[in-house]
Amino acid sequence: MATLDSKIPEGDLKDKWTNYKEHQHLVNPANKRKIDIIVVGTGLAGGAAAASLAEMGFKVKAFCYQDSPRRAHSIAAQGGINAAKNYPNDGDSVYRLFYDTIKGGDYRAREANVYRLAEVSNSIIDQCVAQGVPFAREYGGLLANRSFGGALVSRTFYARGQTGQQLLLGAYSALSRQIGLGNVEMHSRTEMMDLVMIDGRCRGIVTRDLLTGEIKSHFAHCVILATGGYGNVYFLSTNAMGSNGSAAMKAYRKGAYFANPCMVQIHPTCIPQHGDYQSKLTLMSESLRNDGRIWVPKKKEDAEKLRKGLITANDIPDEDRDFYLENRYPAFGNLVPRDVASRNAKERCDAGYGVNSTGNAVFLDFSYAIKRLGKDVVEQRYGNLFQMYQKITDQDPYEVPMMIYPAIHYTMGGIWVDYELSTTIPGLFAAGEANFSDHGANRLGASALMQGLADGYFVLPYTVQEYLADQFNVKRINPAENEAFQKAEKEVKEYINKLMSINGKNSVDHYHKELGKIMWNNVGMARTKESLETAIKEIKALREEFWKNVRIPGKADELNVELEKANRVADFLELGELIARDALHRNESCGGHFREESQEEGEAKRDDENFMYVGAWEYKGYNQEPELHKEPLNYQFIKVQKRNYKTGK
Amino acid sequence: MKGFFKSSIGKKFIMSITGCFLILFLTFHMCMNLVYVFSPEGYNMVCQFLGSNWYAVAGTGILALGFVFHIAYATILTIQNRKARGNDRYDNQNLPSGVEWSSKNMFVLGAIVCVGLLVHFCQFWAKMMFAELAGCEGTVPEGFATPGYETKAAVDGAAWIGYYLSKWWIVLLYLVWFAAIWLHLNHGFWSMFQTIGASNSKWIPRLKTISTVFTSIIMGGFALVVLVAFFRNCCGA
Amino acid sequence: MAEHTGLNLTLRVWRQENRHAQGRFETYEVKNISTEASFLEMMDILNEQLINEGKQPVAFDHDCREGICGMCSLFINGRAHGPDDDITTCQLHMRKFHDGQTITIEPWRSGGFPIIRDLMVDRSAYDKIMQAGGFVSVSTGGVPDANAIPIPKADADEAMDAAACIGCGACAATCKNGSAMLFVSAKVSQLALLPQGRAEAAKRAKAMVAKMDELGFGNCTNTGACELECPKSVSIAHIARLNREFLKANIKD
Repeated sequence: MATLDSKIPEGDLKDKWTNYKEHQHLVNPANKRKIDIIVVGTGLAGGAAAASLAEMGFKVKAFCYQDSPRRAHSIAAQGGINAAKNYPNDGDSVYRLFYDTIKGGDYRAREANVYRLAEVSNSIIDQCVAQGVPFAREYGGLLANRSFGGALVSRTFYARGQTGQQLLLGAYSALSRQIGLGNVEMHSRTEMMDLVMIDGRCRGIVTRDLLTGEIKSHFAHCVILATGGYGNVYFLSTNAMGSNGSAAMKAYRKGAYFANPCMVQIHPTCIPQHGDYQSKLTLMSESLRNDGRIWVPKKKEDAEKLRKGLITANDIPDEDRDFYLENRYPAFGNLVPRDVASRNAKERCDAGYGVNSTGNAVFLDFSYAIKRLGKDVVEQRYGNLFQMYQKITDQDPYEVPMMIYPAIHYTMGGIWVDYELSTTIPGLFAAGEANFSDHGANRLGASALMQGLADGYFVLPYTVQEYLADQFNVKRINPAENEAFQKAEKEVKEYINKLMSINGKNSVDHYHKELGKIMWNNVGMARTKESLETAIKEIKALREEFWKNVRIPGKADELNVELEKANRVADFLELGELIARDALHRNESCGGHFREESQEEGEAKRDDENFMYVGAWEYKGYNQEPELHKEPLNYQFIKVQKRNYKTGK
Repeated sequence: MKGFFKSSIGKKFIMSITGCFLILFLTFHMCMNLVYVFSPEGYNMVCQFLGSNWYAVAGTGILALGFVFHIAYATILTIQNRKARGNDRYDNQNLPSGVEWSSKNMFVLGAIVCVGLLVHFCQFWAKMMFAELAGCEGTVPEGFATPGYETKAAVDGAAWIGYYLSKWWIVLLYLVWFAAIWLHLNHGFWSMFQTIGASNSKWIPRLKTISTVFTSIIMGGFALVVLVAFFRNCCGA
Repeated sequence: MAEHTGLNLTLRVWRQENRHAQGRFETYEVKNISTEASFLEMMDILNEQLINEGKQPVAFDHDCREGICGMCSLFINGRAHGPDDDITTCQLHMRKFHDGQTITIEPWRSGGFPIIRDLMVDRSAYDKIMQAGGFVSVSTGGVPDANAIPIPKADADEAMDAAACIGCGACAATCKNGSAMLFVSAKVSQLALLPQGRAEAAKRAKAMVAKMDELGFGNCTNTGACELECPKSVSIAHIARLNREFLKANIKD
């Protein structure tokens, strides 16, 4: 059993990262040219890492399943990116950003990692501005900030409602520059199918060309997975259609531990579901909670009339509106963290106060902001989000309140990594949403972009070198002449043939939707021992059924979208069970993970005595129970408290 | 500047500059024509003045060169653009309203302008400037010569105008031709500024308005002359 | 669920095995499509139907389904991204259609975007143009403080207008000349407006235009169709700025 050594450097919290950098091993420039690095995924973390490592002189091979690195789903992040710049002079600091992130994560993240994240956050903003990212500015020409959930300061930098896009395009431009210079070999429309292990180290990957179906292997001295989160286990999520957990699952099967899989974030402000045919859910930026007020009717009869379409939101007078977040959490109001906002929305809807024809929605009302600031200001701040909402729902948010409901958005869990972002497999690193590291049990808004870029620009370029310092002597391997590569390729081909030969009755989407329903109903916003046990049982059965009865038309050696989906869904069918298992074992409520058994006065109740650890799962074989390893979390520098968003002190 | 004229923007730059020459020429030509409205004799004096002076000839040469370039590059661009469009056409394409019809048909409009121009050359330029340069004095058809210009057909512009524009169908052809030039110019004028980068989001709508006003003045002037000539001469013919 | 009147539709879909194969239209019927469904969800329903009939599903590109990744690319009833303004195909909803309608669905057709299969096209040319110069040459680290250089709000806003480009290719697909000028100008203009990008503005304009020409895109003739079909309303004013930058760059040397 590999030990879970988190490799946190010695010293005071403030000095750890500096100490690490000052004492780590480096690779000399001439040797960098002799070293290949594979980066899978080209979103914020992958794109930034590939570009930065190539700039340093390493030979990088980057892979993405999309037709271009510019399409990675980081692009869809709307609201902003946090940094501890304290430009607005409202009392922010690296420590405060660190503290808010740990607290927001419900004390389930590693102190040293989070502090480092807060420390490099400022460099990210500098870097992005230098790349030409057009952040919003004030009339004086300096950068503008806004506030986000879980924070009492304005530390979020933004580019309209398209911050993720602009940051990704910044990383993409840096990556493009390196591709143009010949330092990065870019493989788009290519999916990673497996890792290749040689002498216990990760030495490359096997890929499938999505256009031709060709199976190929690639050697590297180390591999970085920056493949995003696995929210699509739930079928309906705010993730892109192609977002998947397959790379992580392949790594998991090869021996990388999977940490905290049950920690899944459910975002409170999404456009409610409208039908069975629905393919995805659309997020409305959290920034909307800056000026929008969330409410449901105080009277059940009003809610019923709304559902039947007898009245509209505007017919309900102020005194009959229940601004439940403002009432329950006066200090943070509508800007409580996401898990709190989501749970409260569900609670109100379950209690019968939900609106929309389904009863599964609450109002997000801008009429107050329009009265206070004028329509122009509101339009300037949120115009593109309002337009997006109107295109989807055919309702004008300037006239009637938006309707929102929580949806699966982000996965805090992921591949277990140590301080160096190294997985339990030597030579395999994980970055961005794909790893579990920085957000604990709940991620604060505008922190995903921060973490992705921190990992890619400022952490991996250092820590990967530490690993590579003695690797320059390892000669490049030609996969065609290497047994391990050939074996891996053969296994992948067999796996694909197995999928293709099932030739059953049901489409891949059929299984994916079924899995999604099981997950949402049993492993969703509120989980119980019974629901989780049910989920495990049902997923197992569904998985068996999938392997007997899925139908994939077409051939393996051509463009075959159904085959791509089948490969991903097969992995989701195992990952779903892992999520349920982790949720079942974690008999406490923390962050995004809410166990109904563990609550106090309607609020989530954490159990620090028994669960203050990272739960990392080791794969033991198909249909075998995985083994749990624990990495205890020692809070040395901050006092662990009950999260309090009510009083402000 | 290496390779500039081979680049797509460089080629468009040539279109813009040569187009600008042609617009200036048209402006000048229209002003000259307007004299006819007030006094055919005055018009002839202008013809005589410009007849075969070296600067008029030089100007014509430059203009002709500009014209040739404008057409040559238009052809090159059109061929390239058709190739860039690819071999497959859309089965169905409805452009949203807002795309000027003329902007999509500049080459066709240009071709119509050229055909009209040939006719115009045969009718006027060949019998005037060209005849004078070639040294052969033609004669104006019976009954159209301006008094005092009986032996000077090459500079008797007013007579040629009277002769051709007394026929309704020629007048009609000219008006159609002017319409084509109007369309071509209306797009070409603001496009010229756009291509050399002398516009921005504020100025694009302004330039488009200026374009329409300017083009209408120029082509209106030409049309006025043609109509005046027709009404002056049709009764006498 | 609210009451929906389902639409019965006839779809004429372009099917083509691969780049070199002969393509053709196939006609399919879909029934009882909710007006609340998105266009791509309707395509999902069609594909599910085809798979159940044992036929090949229609290949089309899509990913984020929220109008930002730029992957979706359909030419619907004669318009890039379909009959609505300022949206991508994935944001198009079925309420824009009526019962009994025939919908013609074609791939982007432009010399620069060869067809891969059915409705899927190869837009890697746009990546190549970006690789030629669509960046500021700064490496990670060693950059000045983000607030070291103030940028007038108007410039930053205009740069953002240009930066909103999602690289979907609707501009070149719509342009009668198959020109990529709107795409190229968006990046050149964004970076030319910002002091960080000014340093290599001339080099960038030349490199990107040269690459665009080399890849066989057409010449801009200012028809303005691109900006009308652009899902992010990128203005042709950026093309004017590109022209200006390119001229300035060429006059300098």
